[in-house]
Amino acid sequence: MNTTSSLSIVRNQLFSFVRKEFYHVLRDKKVLLILFGMPIVQVLLFGFVLSNEVKDTRIIVIDVARDEASRQLITKLGASCYFKIDHISTNENEIEPTFKKGKIKAAIVFPLNFQHDLQHGNSAQVQIITDGTDVNAANTINGYIMSIIQDFSLESNPLQKVSYRIVPEVRMLYNPQLLGAPNFVPGVMAMVLMLVCVMMTAVAIVKEKEMGTMEVLLVSPMRPLLVIISKAVPYLLLSFVNLSVIILLSVYVLNVPVKGSIVLLLSLSALFIITCLSLGILISIQTDSQQAAMFASLIGMLLPTIMLSGFMFPIENMPWPLQLISNIAPSRWYYIIVKDVMIKGAGFSSVWRETLILVGMTIALLAISMKKFKIRLA
Amino acid sequence: MSTLTVLLRKEFKQIFRNKTILAISFVAPVVQFLVLPLAANFEIKNINLAIVDHDRSSTSQKLVSQITGSGFFKLVDYSSSFKQAYHLIETDEADLILEIPLDMERNLIRENSAKVFIAVNAINGTKAVIGGNYLNAIIAETNKNILTELMPDVNLNQEIDLATAYWFNPKLNYKISIIPGILAVLVTMIGGFLSALNIVKEKESGTIEQINVTPIRKIDFILGKLIPFWILAMIVFTIGLTLAYLIYDIVPQGNLLVLYSFISVYLLAVLGFGLLISTYCNTQQEAMFLAFFFVMIFILMGGLFTSIDSMPEWAKMITKINPVNYMINVMRLVVLKGSGFRDILPDFAIVLIMAFVLNGWAVLNYRKTS
Repeated sequence: MNTTSSLSIVRNQLFSFVRKEFYHVLRDKKVLLILFGMPIVQVLLFGFVLSNEVKDTRIIVIDVARDEASRQLITKLGASCYFKIDHISTNENEIEPTFKKGKIKAAIVFPLNFQHDLQHGNSAQVQIITDGTDVNAANTINGYIMSIIQDFSLESNPLQKVSYRIVPEVRMLYNPQLLGAPNFVPGVMAMVLMLVCVMMTAVAIVKEKEMGTMEVLLVSPMRPLLVIISKAVPYLLLSFVNLSVIILLSVYVLNVPVKGSIVLLLSLSALFIITCLSLGILISIQTDSQQAAMFASLIGMLLPTIMLSGFMFPIENMPWPLQLISNIAPSRWYYIIVKDVMIKGAGFSSVWRETLILVGMTIALLAISMKKFKIRLA
Repeated sequence: MSTLTVLLRKEFKQIFRNKTILAISFVAPVVQFLVLPLAANFEIKNINLAIVDHDRSSTSQKLVSQITGSGFFKLVDYSSSFKQAYHLIETDEADLILEIPLDMERNLIRENSAKVFIAVNAINGTKAVIGGNYLNAIIAETNKNILTELMPDVNLNQEIDLATAYWFNPKLNYKISIIPGILAVLVTMIGGFLSALNIVKEKESGTIEQINVTPIRKIDFILGKLIPFWILAMIVFTIGLTLAYLIYDIVPQGNLLVLYSFISVYLLAVLGFGLLISTYCNTQQEAMFLAFFFVMIFILMGGLFTSIDSMPEWAKMITKINPVNYMINVMRLVVLKGSGFRDILPDFAIVLIMAFVLNGWAVLNYRKTS
């Protein structure tokens, strides 16, 4: 048998195996629906539902003063889009029970003689009580209340307007409208690719072990390693479809354009997909049951992706052991690549280091898989 | 009743024999509970600032020392080149640039006002806003100092004195704020995933046929699946609460009985949801993905990481049928604010209804004939 014909036999074998895997994937309608529904739902959730802004925060106003000044200030607070006044009361004892019902996030108290104090140069006091159980919201809410009250005091006190002052002019780079999207689109990409490539691949391979059909595949004339590789091919294509869906959604629905080169973005994504697939293959070799494979990829891979890639939580805030661990999460590097290329428009020169790390990880994962791979199951 | 006891014994045996799953359902939450609060730190600190000072006057010096003295910022660069500072933003080494233009001091004295420019890397919106706010506040403070220096007669006291207090977490400790929520998420994940995978596993391995040919009633079968996981999840929750006390020093402010009565009903709802998924699926893969899909949406929309108030109206309607939302809310109320049973009564009632609907649905949807 000459080499060309044996090569074409291998190609035919590989082709029919890949086709078999495609049937597996495409026949399971529920899984397919979720695979395509998940990125869409996530992009829409992050794009339109989840935001760190403060809007319509419910507050309670305790107006003991009940004078012109306090009334003006209350109107001003209620008119801003940040706050919704739950109700106005004169009884300070109402604050705690209302907090305990979880109805409000802040309380503002105007003490007696508020207007009198304000006009006669004694500093008039206003008390702001914020619910500290949600720290960042508490900070922001407090900041907004303070700036509204300071605005008011500036307006009611014309003398302060004439003064020497340095005026800061703020410019927001990359993301002038302060949208959440530029921050999370790279994260969603990393998460979905991880899910499809690692979890799906691992489970699909282990399933054949669990059902006993793996034995059948391994005794076929196909090389065992090619059996595994042909299992990964459909997921490679699926993740490319998912990737395109996310990029299209982010460009046309969320208005987050791809600033850098799309070819660079796609080719580095391909690299990350291959890293994930090799991880999935490694997990499938190491585990024997679907449940174990699922939990290993879920807890070992997906949670670190969410927690340690810097997408949800800032890495610089973590204690150093966690920062160290975050280095071995492939998604961390992919997240940086996507952020640089897609959002900032950087070229290959600024992400070559991350690329190199991903290449190294892929080679290492594949090498371990090859070494651990056994042709016999039992 | 005896059918149920036999079923329960069978389920417990299966749980205890499968060491991997048992280990995962105890070790994973414990590890996460130790790691997540450390990782999930949104506290904005270490804001890296690059200052470009073209002015190099005494006023600019004053501003710079005021900023570096505030403790909010880490000065990573002080130069006269905007290009250099911008490069630091590009490489993520700086978050903010403060540019002090030439003649800032002169303009300030001649024209009463001078401009400085702040450029913020706004990809991370929260950090950008908070960093910018800090910088603005410091500049306002500097303004006041300049004013008292140049016009000593002006009475600055004519302004409103703001007294701020943060209740239930006066030092704004981030861990206190996040741990009850994380515990809620963990219990939900364990309960939801394990129960979703359970019935479907019997379907996949074919053992469900053996049960279907026996006179076991549908409700007994579902209860037999429900109770072991309920106990398991309760234990996980108790471990979590103990760890919260031992490691993070968080003691529930409210009544433990109130807390546990809510949790027990909540877990019924979550497990019912998992079992419902299980009855609809035929393979573990399907069940896992379906469970993951919903649990992920529930958790993201649960109000732990972002506030529900800021969501659009249609999304607020969805959160009303999201059990995780009630759980996170009640955990914060009872554990941190010390709310009593009457305060959480609305949440309790809704979750109770959910538990009945979901489990009832699961019983109805479980068919003994395929």
